[in-house]
Amino acid sequence: MTLVFTVVTALLCLACAFTVARLLLGPDTVDRIAALDVLVIIIVAAAAVYVAIYRDGSNIPLLAAVALLGFVGSATAIRLTARRKGLR
Amino acid sequence: MILDVVSAVLMLVGAVSCVLGAIGLVRLPDLPSRLQAATKPQTLGLLLILAGTALRLEMESAVTLVLVALFQVITAPVISQLLGRTAYRGGSVHPEHLVVDELAGRMPEEMDR
Repeated sequence: MTLVFTVVTALLCLACAFTVARLLLGPDTVDRIAALDVLVIIIVAAAAVYVAIYRDGSNIPLLAAVALLGFVGSATAIRLTARRKGLR
Repeated sequence: MILDVVSAVLMLVGAVSCVLGAIGLVRLPDLPSRLQAATKPQTLGLLLILAGTALRLEMESAVTLVLVALFQVITAPVISQLLGRTAYRGGSVHPEHLVVDELAGRMPEEMDR
């Protein structure tokens, strides 16, 4: 089981690296917001893996909070981008 | 024992799905296809990892995980649609690359989102 958790964590780190690459490369602000949204999802998944490793249910509200915060943050960022470009 | 194996398989498949989505995010050429890679494989990966986690916990904690999964499934299309609309208005989406452009000529200047 330890090996499984190591592999899963390594894969999630790899996904994080690709996402950060798109975050740095992204030609447009919209691309960067998409990358940030994916990053939040990966963070929630990694926190879920942490919960699974230690079988500790007390961190689960953290998952819900981070997922909620990611949604509100992305929606706000998109609205502000649209407004800055004069697209409203 | 059986539960451990099932949980391990679910988490591995979920992590692989997350990585594939991230690779798509880097390699795909334009924004609509990147949104495709950003939304669906990531959501599937998160759902599988949450399922694998739920199998290792007792019942009360697993119920909260269902809440997280439900929330993710609801919010991912909303973000994706908002991003696509903003990109279309900003001119980041090139109409010649689209097969169907249902928004063409239908975008009022002052439309509240």
